[in-house]
Amino acid sequence: MIPLSHYLILGAVLFAISMAGVFINRKNVIILLMSIELMLLAVNMNFVAFSHFLGDLSGQIFVFFILTVAAAEAAIGLAILVVLFRNRGTINVADLDTMKG
Amino acid sequence: MESVYLAIPLFPLAGAIIAGLFGRQIGRVGAHTVTIGAVAISFVLSVIAFWHIVFGGGAVYNESVYTWMVSDGITFEIGFLVDRLTVLMMTTVTSVSLMVHIYTIGYMHEDPGYQRFFSYISLFTFAMLMLVMANNFMQLFFGWEAVGVVSYLLIGFWYTRESAIFANLKAFLVNRVGDFGFLLGIGAILAWTGTLDYAAVFAQAGDLANARIELFDGAPWSVATVACLLLFVGAMGKSAQVPLHVWLPDSMEGPTPISALIHAATMVTAGIFMLARMSPLFEMSETALSFVLVIGAITALAMGLVGIVQHDIKRVVAYSTLSQLGYMTVALGASAYSAAIFHLMTHAFFKALLFLGAGSVIIAMHHEQDMRRMGGLRRYMPITYITAVIGSLALIGFPGFSGFFSKDAIIEGVHYSGIPGAGFAYWCVLIGVFVTALYTFRMLFLTFHGEPRMDEHTREHLHETPLVVTIPLILLAIPSVIIGAWTIGPLLFGGWFGESILVLPEHDVMAKLGEGFHGWWGFIIHGFQGPAVYLALAGVVVAWYVWIRRPDLADRAAERLRPVHRILEKKYGFDELYQTVFADGGRRLGGVLSRVGDQRIIDGWVVNGAARLVGRGAGLMRHLQSGYLYHYAFAMILGVLVALSWVVLSA
Repeated sequence: MIPLSHYLILGAVLFAISMAGVFINRKNVIILLMSIELMLLAVNMNFVAFSHFLGDLSGQIFVFFILTVAAAEAAIGLAILVVLFRNRGTINVADLDTMKG
Repeated sequence: MESVYLAIPLFPLAGAIIAGLFGRQIGRVGAHTVTIGAVAISFVLSVIAFWHIVFGGGAVYNESVYTWMVSDGITFEIGFLVDRLTVLMMTTVTSVSLMVHIYTIGYMHEDPGYQRFFSYISLFTFAMLMLVMANNFMQLFFGWEAVGVVSYLLIGFWYTRESAIFANLKAFLVNRVGDFGFLLGIGAILAWTGTLDYAAVFAQAGDLANARIELFDGAPWSVATVACLLLFVGAMGKSAQVPLHVWLPDSMEGPTPISALIHAATMVTAGIFMLARMSPLFEMSETALSFVLVIGAITALAMGLVGIVQHDIKRVVAYSTLSQLGYMTVALGASAYSAAIFHLMTHAFFKALLFLGAGSVIIAMHHEQDMRRMGGLRRYMPITYITAVIGSLALIGFPGFSGFFSKDAIIEGVHYSGIPGAGFAYWCVLIGVFVTALYTFRMLFLTFHGEPRMDEHTREHLHETPLVVTIPLILLAIPSVIIGAWTIGPLLFGGWFGESILVLPEHDVMAKLGEGFHGWWGFIIHGFQGPAVYLALAGVVVAWYVWIRRPDLADRAAERLRPVHRILEKKYGFDELYQTVFADGGRRLGGVLSRVGDQRIIDGWVVNGAARLVGRGAGLMRHLQSGYLYHYAFAMILGVLVALSWVVLSA
């Protein structure tokens, strides 16, 4: 039997990877979106693990909701990306600094 | 009698309101009819009140007619006190006011502000009556300020003249200094007695004298002394005593009738009246009396000397007024309150006469006031000349004229007085007699005698002034001659003032003087045994010799005594001192405060500084906003990290 801590460590590792993806990535907005998806998956991992070990199914049901929302989010994110590319001609993260004070 | 007393001040007020607000509708004739009628009624009622109190054996009226407010147990009331002192003042004020009203018809008849002028002088009569009839300090202060306001309005009556505006502002500001002391004095009395009512305050006069206040550490003063000195500061402002006298000569910028009414006969004597009214307090403090005495003596002599070098006819009379006010103040300081009031009354008549006479000359000379361009006027204006001679003789104290009795009583009173400073004051008033005669007859000789020095055009048009001008002169000349001899007996030595003036037995110089008094004729005979009469005659002779016999002598003397002459011409430099120290100094201080305090500290640091600080802070903070998504995400994660570790560590 694999103990709970292993699953949690896996979730944490996934989260850390996705976070690094957000920070270190300076090139591509698509990678940014993918990192966010990965972050959600890390959360899902924790949900499923806890659900299993606590014997409560609602955690797994929640995962479905998150997946649905993540799918919708990915669709919208990609759509925004397309529009962004049309307007700016680039998806380079370092160029997107219009919020600079 | 209550309705009579109330009507006396209210008639002039009604006249002032009608002439002031409806002047356009009622026209010139309407305005002077209404106001003269009101003041005439007031005068007649004053005479009735006088008769009632003095001869009819009427009781002293002391009632409050209206309570304005009660605050913390202190009642602020309108109330009237009508006793012998009051009725004397009322009669003097209304009679001089009536003369001046009539005279104004002639003096102002070409002036566009005719109705306004009548409204102001009626308002003044109202204010002055409120002042003298007050039975409490609040109403006294009201009257005090009201006469000040009207004086301000009237000095600046010709408000397009630069000098008139300067003069009325000066009068107002100098009086503010005095009024500040006056208000503090009233405050001190209120703080220690808890009441504003005269009778209640005077009943506690002994307690005030025994109470102690430490203004400086280790030097306890009697509260009565402090309060009296502060009240006297108010009197110094209003009655133009050194060093607060500077406004009175400048106030001659106003029309001549008000110089006569306000700045000679009535308002400036408000301070004298107030001190006489406060006699129960002043008697408690020898220090205050001594101070009053010395200030009065300095004023009497120093201002008379300045009068010798003035060229403007009205200014000579103005400095003479200052000097005579000094005499009254000396009398107050010597506890000869009745002599002060007596001199106040005689002075009101003969000084109003002299002013109106000067005004008559000014009318005839087409508003020329410089005596160097007059001379020989007695041939053209006999009535003015004769009345001016009468006024001058009364002023110098020529035996038999009214001024003789009052001035001699003061000089003798000071002679008998034993309080500190009396010796100094005695010499001042004695030399003052010579000086008075000198400047008075210099004015008379320069104006009415000698060779005419005016230009051809003016001389051709010289003629006696109209009846409305000369009748008041004649009517004022009569009391100037007789009122002294007529009233000296009862007023000074008959215990006439009764309860209204209190003199302690050890201060009572009038009683000592009264021991040798045997009727007015005896007083004249007695006068010849003292030096004052001879000094006055010497003054006249010197004036005649210098300005008639040897007109070149005056200039030569001025040349020889250059330093003295300069000091007198500069009026001891009071004006320059105040101008540089207070006026310019005040403006410079204001400029510094404006630049440093307002512009730099308040505007620069507080108001704009706060905005700049926010701007700078924001300028620094904006560098945090890089605009890169990953920076924000990093900040979020850091925040979560901090929040989480805080929760974990604190748990």
